[in-house]
Amino acid sequence: MTVVNTETIPGMNVVEVKGLVQGNTVRAKNIGRDIAAGFKNMVGGELRGYTELLTESRREAMSRMIAQAAALGANAVVNVRFSTSAITSGASEMMAYGTAVVAEPATRS
Amino acid sequence: MNEEAKALQLLLVYVVLPTVVLFTGWAAGHIAELRHEKSLRRREDELRDIEATTTHAPEGFAECGGTCSLVSGEAVVGSDAFKSWVFSLKNVVGGESRTFTRLFDRARREALVRMKEQARALGCNAICNVRFDCADIGGNATGANRKSRLNMAVALVSGTAWRRG
Repeated sequence: MTVVNTETIPGMNVVEVKGLVQGNTVRAKNIGRDIAAGFKNMVGGELRGYTELLTESRREAMSRMIAQAAALGANAVVNVRFSTSAITSGASEMMAYGTAVVAEPATRS
Repeated sequence: MNEEAKALQLLLVYVVLPTVVLFTGWAAGHIAELRHEKSLRRREDELRDIEATTTHAPEGFAECGGTCSLVSGEAVVGSDAFKSWVFSLKNVVGGESRTFTRLFDRARREALVRMKEQARALGCNAICNVRFDCADIGGNATGANRKSRLNMAVALVSGTAWRRG
């Protein structure tokens, strides 16, 4: 599965558009990580727990989007965009969406 | 005697403790900031050859063939007690908060560096269509108490990594 956030895929031609696919997830860290982040907020520095939270969310949302694309019979997702929204304290929603397409290697002329 | 003890207690709670917290926050936060910026400069230098652009399809992209893939980076950088206090003062008078501007700058650069590292691991040397995003994690540490809201800079970045000929 080729996933890009551009409209075209180099060396490939889009032969069929399968439609919009999306995947989302709402994740939170355990209370221990939240408290640790609270202490870290006194002395400064990266809040690794929350960075991890975002990385995991992104991966999860992407894999759900890819699963949807695969179910539609697509072999690539183009123009992928991410969107986030706040749910409640210490949790965030991550959404990935894009256009599922069937792409074929371009024949050189 | 009782009055004295009470005064001492008030002094401890409202003057000594905040001063200690602010000073510790300032010292630790300052050191963390300088170290982070130093590490950023070093890694940015190493990744200089990876060209990031915001254009959809830069010259040569269509003909590059081979690997191209979505890459992303994220960073959450927390404020410290001193910066938060300075900002709460700044919020009263208004204007630019240089400390928080610097904090967000650090988060963005860190996210960008992580994305470039991902691109390099894939064997790519360019990233196009770079997009920045933000997120609100809420950052409420222990409950519904708004006072415990954390001050942090969240940066998300994504793009398409490709190999420039």
